[in-house]
Amino acid sequence: MKPIFQFSLMGTAFLSLALLVSAADLNFTLPVETAQLKTAPGSELAMGNCVLCHSADYISTQPRFPRSVWQAEVVKMQQKYRAPIATNDIPALVDYFVQNYGRENPPAATAK
Amino acid sequence: MHKSSRAPEPSFNRRRFLQASGLLGAAAVLGQAPVLADDTVTLPFENGERPLVKYPQKRPLIRHTTRPPQLETPFSVFNESVITPNDAFFVRYHLALAPPPAAELEKFRLQVKGQVKNPQEFTVADLKSRFEPVELVAVNQCSGNSRGFSQPRMPGGQLGNGAMGNARWRGVRLSDVLQACGLPAGVRQATFNGMDRPVVPETPDFVKSLEIDQALDGEVMLAYSMNGEDLPWLNGYPLRLVVPGHYGTYWVKHLNEITVLNEAFSGYWMSPAYRIPDNGCGFTEPGTTAKQTIPINRYNVRSFLTSLADGAQVKVGVPLTLRGIAFDGGYGMREVVVSADGGETWRSARLGQDLGKYSFREWTLPFTPAVAGKLELKVKATNRLGQSQPLEPLWNPSGYLRNVVETVRVTAV
Repeated sequence: MKPIFQFSLMGTAFLSLALLVSAADLNFTLPVETAQLKTAPGSELAMGNCVLCHSADYISTQPRFPRSVWQAEVVKMQQKYRAPIATNDIPALVDYFVQNYGRENPPAATAK
Repeated sequence: MHKSSRAPEPSFNRRRFLQASGLLGAAAVLGQAPVLADDTVTLPFENGERPLVKYPQKRPLIRHTTRPPQLETPFSVFNESVITPNDAFFVRYHLALAPPPAAELEKFRLQVKGQVKNPQEFTVADLKSRFEPVELVAVNQCSGNSRGFSQPRMPGGQLGNGAMGNARWRGVRLSDVLQACGLPAGVRQATFNGMDRPVVPETPDFVKSLEIDQALDGEVMLAYSMNGEDLPWLNGYPLRLVVPGHYGTYWVKHLNEITVLNEAFSGYWMSPAYRIPDNGCGFTEPGTTAKQTIPINRYNVRSFLTSLADGAQVKVGVPLTLRGIAFDGGYGMREVVVSADGGETWRSARLGQDLGKYSFREWTLPFTPAVAGKLELKVKATNRLGQSQPLEPLWNPSGYLRNVVETVRVTAV
């Protein structure tokens, strides 16, 4: 592991120098983003509207939520997070999530 | 390099993540180095498989999300020491342009503005030279810690129990810095903004607020150091807010803007985000919403057994020491009790060194399994206010505040 910050070693007398050292040492790189959406009808919409602001694993790590939850999430992303989702595209996006990462709403008789 | 990055996890699943996900070929085609994720863990809930990934200044951590990163501490770390090592401390960001790059951090200044008599800017060196340093051991726990166990499941980070950590924070009092900028009478709140930014400019920036009385309580800290080192990049370098006893959502990272307000702040991340039911307990009937909500605030009481993982084997007649941690929102632990028979009988554990009322408190209890068979080990803490933990899990619509009495199932052979 590379040395981390040098402030404490160098002392405040050399703070300006230490700042330079520190800035260089902060040139970290994050691991490459590899998470991908499942390719299926609607995945291009999800790429453009969702993966613009967050990686695909924000979707793929969720449990298999019913349609009502995916619907609420897509609307929340549009209205609260101001994701550039065209209202016309919402049904196709929700279908994509239900079919690839979720399930249909349970029938009323078994719904809790 | 830390040696314990391959410490055994209860559900350790040693197989090649890259091969399984078919991404090795893709990475090679793109000419990128393969990600350093060799292993996965499976958290004990539906769709709980996650890669263990090495990030800068971190040992391999449980990665929930990549952009922005959410990394969870493998639970075995909590048995290494009462202080959580910096390289294992959890990471949680909200906005995709985070953490800030070196070029921006190099120019770091903390701006104090709004309803103050003398708006000022401070470098970290200014803070160190102008204000008295203070130190405090405090738990930082994510509001969504343990959300993955919520039943019914709720959307959000599907975390196990490792989105928490206990560190020795060093910094200056927020109250000293605010007073140095001159506070007129009647100011109401202060807001805190960090350097992380959204991709879409209209996405609400991550800004949190505190009532001015809390901001001036002398405990809220502008921290520049964690466990004797500068803050790690992914934990808010070079400055973060420390709000002892309060959920991590308030502990704004890369904090570069404090604004004092005459009115109540109403930004998205205070309302409607990060709210709990305003009914005294913070929980609702599972599957139902609350009429009134308030901002999430102090931790409730939690305790964990750390020395044995679910599924472990213990030997009949061989004495061992059960060990774990307990904490709350800042009242301190009065008692930790442990049951080895699924909650029928309880024994009082010995509390370890008191590192302060905001710290994890270690507990230990000698125990000798008497007969072969399955054992349900439970641990329950009570704080100095008499608050404790429920035997059955409680629920709310955001998957917050989980503090059920935890159960570890082991087999005596």
